[in-house]
Amino acid sequence: MKEYRTIAEISGPLVFVEKTEAVGYGELVHISLADGTTKRGQVLDTSKDMVVVQVFEGTAGIDKSSGVKFLGETVKINVSKDMLGRILSGSGEPIDGGPPIIPEKRIEITGAAINPWARDSPSEWIQTGISTIDGMNTLVRGQKLPVFSGSGLPHNEIALQIARQAKVVGKEEEEFAVVFAAMGITHEEAQQFIKDFERTGALKRAVIFLNLADDPAIERLITPRMALTSAEYLAFEQDMHILVILTDMTNYCEALRQIGAAREEVPGRRGYPGYLYTDLATIYERAGRIKGKKGSITQIPIISMPDDDITHPIPDLSAYITEGQQVLDRNLHRKGIYPPLNPLDSLSRLMRLGIGEGLTRGDHDQVANQLYAAYAEGNDLRGLVAIVGKESLSERDRKFLEFAEMFENEFIRQGRDEERGIEETLKIAWRLLSTLPKGVLVKIDRETMEKYYPKEQAAPKKEPSEKKEETPVEKKKVTPVKERVVKE
Amino acid sequence: MIENSDESGAKDGAGEIYRVAGPVVTAIGLKPRMYDVVFVGEESLMGEVIGLVREKTIIQVYEDTTGVKPGEEVVDTGKPLVLELGPGLLSSIYDGIQRPLPVLREKMGDYVERGVTAPGLDREKSWNFVPSIQEGDQINGGAIIGTVQESEHMEHRILAPTDAEGTVQSIKEGGYGVEDVVCTLDNGKNLKMMQTWPVRVPRPYKEKLMPEIPLITGQRVLDTFFPLAKGGTAAIPGGFGTGKTVTQHQLSKWSDAKIVVYVGCGERGNEMTEVLTEFPELEDPWTGAPLMQRTILIANTSNMPVAAREASVYTGVTIAEYFRDMGYHVSLMADSTSRWAEAMREISSRLEEMPGEEGYPAYLSARLSEFYERAGRVTALSGSEGSVSIIGAVSPPGGDFSEPITQGTLRIVKVFWALDTKLRERRHFPAINWLTSYSLYLSTLEDWFTKEVAPDFLRLRGWAMAVLQKEAELQEIVQLVGSDALPEEQRLTLEVARMLREIILQQNAYHKVDTYSDIKRQYILLQSIKKFSDLATRLIPLGISVEVIAGLNSKLLLSKVKYEEKFDEELDRALNKMEDEFKNLEAST
Ligand SMILES: Nc1ncnc2c1ncn2[C@@H]1O[C@H](COP(=O)(O)OP(=O)(O)OP(=O)(O)O)[C@@H](O)[C@H]1O
Ligand SMILES: [Mg+2]
Repeated sequence: MKEYRTIAEISGPLVFVEKTEAVGYGELVHISLADGTTKRGQVLDTSKDMVVVQVFEGTAGIDKSSGVKFLGETVKINVSKDMLGRILSGSGEPIDGGPPIIPEKRIEITGAAINPWARDSPSEWIQTGISTIDGMNTLVRGQKLPVFSGSGLPHNEIALQIARQAKVVGKEEEEFAVVFAAMGITHEEAQQFIKDFERTGALKRAVIFLNLADDPAIERLITPRMALTSAEYLAFEQDMHILVILTDMTNYCEALRQIGAAREEVPGRRGYPGYLYTDLATIYERAGRIKGKKGSITQIPIISMPDDDITHPIPDLSAYITEGQQVLDRNLHRKGIYPPLNPLDSLSRLMRLGIGEGLTRGDHDQVANQLYAAYAEGNDLRGLVAIVGKESLSERDRKFLEFAEMFENEFIRQGRDEERGIEETLKIAWRLLSTLPKGVLVKIDRETMEKYYPKEQAAPKKEPSEKKEETPVEKKKVTPVKERVVKE
Repeated sequence: MIENSDESGAKDGAGEIYRVAGPVVTAIGLKPRMYDVVFVGEESLMGEVIGLVREKTIIQVYEDTTGVKPGEEVVDTGKPLVLELGPGLLSSIYDGIQRPLPVLREKMGDYVERGVTAPGLDREKSWNFVPSIQEGDQINGGAIIGTVQESEHMEHRILAPTDAEGTVQSIKEGGYGVEDVVCTLDNGKNLKMMQTWPVRVPRPYKEKLMPEIPLITGQRVLDTFFPLAKGGTAAIPGGFGTGKTVTQHQLSKWSDAKIVVYVGCGERGNEMTEVLTEFPELEDPWTGAPLMQRTILIANTSNMPVAAREASVYTGVTIAEYFRDMGYHVSLMADSTSRWAEAMREISSRLEEMPGEEGYPAYLSARLSEFYERAGRVTALSGSEGSVSIIGAVSPPGGDFSEPITQGTLRIVKVFWALDTKLRERRHFPAINWLTSYSLYLSTLEDWFTKEVAPDFLRLRGWAMAVLQKEAELQEIVQLVGSDALPEEQRLTLEVARMLREIILQQNAYHKVDTYSDIKRQYILLQSIKKFSDLATRLIPLGISVEVIAGLNSKLLLSKVKYEEKFDEELDRALNKMEDEFKNLEAST
């Protein structure tokens, strides 16, 4: 393989090489430095005059005399079932001191699009044990459902709680694994995940890719693709159900912005490249189910919203691609409510494919709609109360105001290890709804009311009912985790 | 097939790659025309010429260019991107350049790999051609020469190419493939069931007609408040998750178009799967046949190549026009036109063109109007009447309608269905803002509504709009002083407005009954609310409080009638109850 010493220019993360033979678009590049180290990169633009290379490990230390080799192939990853239980770098090298991974296959990490005709419709709902999710924004196997968060909010705890508790009721025996990709998060955060995986025994069934805050930024462009390529292999060739956690996608986007700036591209909104949507789609769309395959890929990307701004291009474009979003709310967090998931901003587009008669329960959809409407109305009234005082509210409005309070404290709020079954979630829902006049429950049709409206009088007092709900849960708390560990 | 019009020295349309930058490839040594289809590199990736700069040819490639090298060959076909039009289109699913996705899956497996071509129409299949003209007949371009029954309810009318004119010398009948000659004219022209048409060129018609017939969609807020005409144009802008796709799916399912072309342009794979799994199970409300039989899907998802995404809306609208020319009413959904515009922007920025607003190319608004201009109700060349209605979703960044695509679209379309994030948050669906949305077809559709629904339909609509307007004004006061401070009449207005919102405007797409609302029933529901309002208005001066009126059982009954399978029965029950309750109230004073 020919080594060129024809670097013409180095600019940010980019290296411009001239007088090469024909180089393929997207080819993998090795750059060897005077000190003997090698950096890796990828061809971004190739012509007869000049080849532009983006360097994953950063261009520090590269000079015009560095040697450049074009490897004639694109970026690939070695995959095998032995990846389970391993910790790899952001570019797929083992960093846990274990042996190299004996590849069963080498796969290009770019990943082609799944033919829409080959996709199978996601239909199995995942019980996360978290009421706001299961009750109002149900997660479905094969869905891509990000968590939108902000600095200091407990997105990691929630992601971990989901990873611990997630199960498809009645199918607990199926092979499942977590693929975890860290991009630019701190050591501490990464440890939080790894420790928790260790504690619950999930580590054995996890593949971990780590690009941490002090790792090269441009490497973040390949980390999620490495992770998803492994996930696809495990899901569609090894029949496993894979939960992919990507954190933090905001750091990924920053890396992309850096490349755009270095190439002097015309920037789009707030300096992000105009192709951010398309680029993110090539990550998020790598989730789902395929006809005739047993496995599945469910994605939970974590995205921190700069300034808690959901209209920022990163969360905004993400939500335009993903199948909904779970949004953390700083106000709920300040009130001390965990999980501070705001159902009003949140959405699960695939929810209705997984719920209903025979799946969760016949009333689920309508109950969820009614909860939304009622909580939204109560929440709006809070603003009004601040201005005009509670006294000027009508009786009806007061009921909604109280509903909003109860809803946050009894439905949203739950323990970090509390796992609620769907029946329990719906029971709480009906109990809260029945504190409202029957006449306002317009989202629920007559049949459903007749069948599910609680027969006994509603218990409007909070204290006793809350206790009642929590006791059985406390008992349940550890068992599911243990069970899973033992079985596997 | 390739017409070689090139007389210069360049050898038979072959050149070589000079540069590869993502989906844009620059070639040298070619003498193509704009929009010629070319094959690029060793794997013969399909592309289209989009720029000619001095000796360089700029090509957008419809497939992933990873691994493609400078120096590889580029071949010019000398032909523009054309579609294959003929029997077999219905219930198909194509990518943005009319490659059938089921065929691609057979050839390359579950992922869309590259370098594979597949014809748009099945060559193996035989169709039973029934002529509708005879030897000796004089025909002109675009005439209907025969029919093929594609499915029980779908008659595919075979059109002569638009440039075919002459006397029929011979015509066949029976089972033929799409490429077999079924008719010969005296000038030697051979007609087949299949014809081709360049995607970027609108198909001709005789004349445009006034948009006087509504496209009935079964969605109350659309039909009653902001109706679209057959042959009209509508935009649905809205932030993420506000209901663009659901609304377009609803229109595809329930609207009274004969044919639906659905373009998934840069959107989600699973949404296409949803259509593919749901539609074959659903019944076409107008014929009872499986809904898929009237549907054509173009699926170029967000992660499929952007150049093919750019082409996908043209593919969709060309197919729509073809069915229009048979004398059918076609509706075309484009979800989302923003992704289409972004594809243009992506390509344009790789060309290093001068960017316009927000980086979009300067020709953006021209492209938008050319596209929507292809809608219309027309007399086709064949003499029959058909229409293409275009409904375009717009996905404004941050949900902010002031951006170029939304604004550019609003300058063109006649109906604006504004989706609202605030409404979405409280699960008011469809989240169409009734204060900012509009339809400019109301006056041209007036006759139809008056004749086909009820003479006072539009008056009733006007009343409802006025109540909703009033509500918005009153809400501002309530925000300052609370509703307690309002006089009773105004509180009644708020109550009636709430009924209008909850009963009429809101409609659950996923409720088995509520998902479709017959236009007559829309009218009856509205009338019932008006009646409730009138009765209540009479009682207020008698000292009956709004609180009491709002708590009436009949009001609750009325609010749930829309969910009832036995609509008429339940409505009668509600109305009778209403009479009784109001009578009793009046007696009590
Ligand atoms: N008419 C409706 N009835 C019931 N639910 C609806 C309706 N319209 C929208 N929804 C709800 O809103 C969700 C989002 O709708 P949809 O997918 O159409 O949004 P969108 O505007 O296309 O978003 P994006 O731009 O991200 O694609 C749906 O999954 C559904 O839960
Ligand atoms: Mg959509």
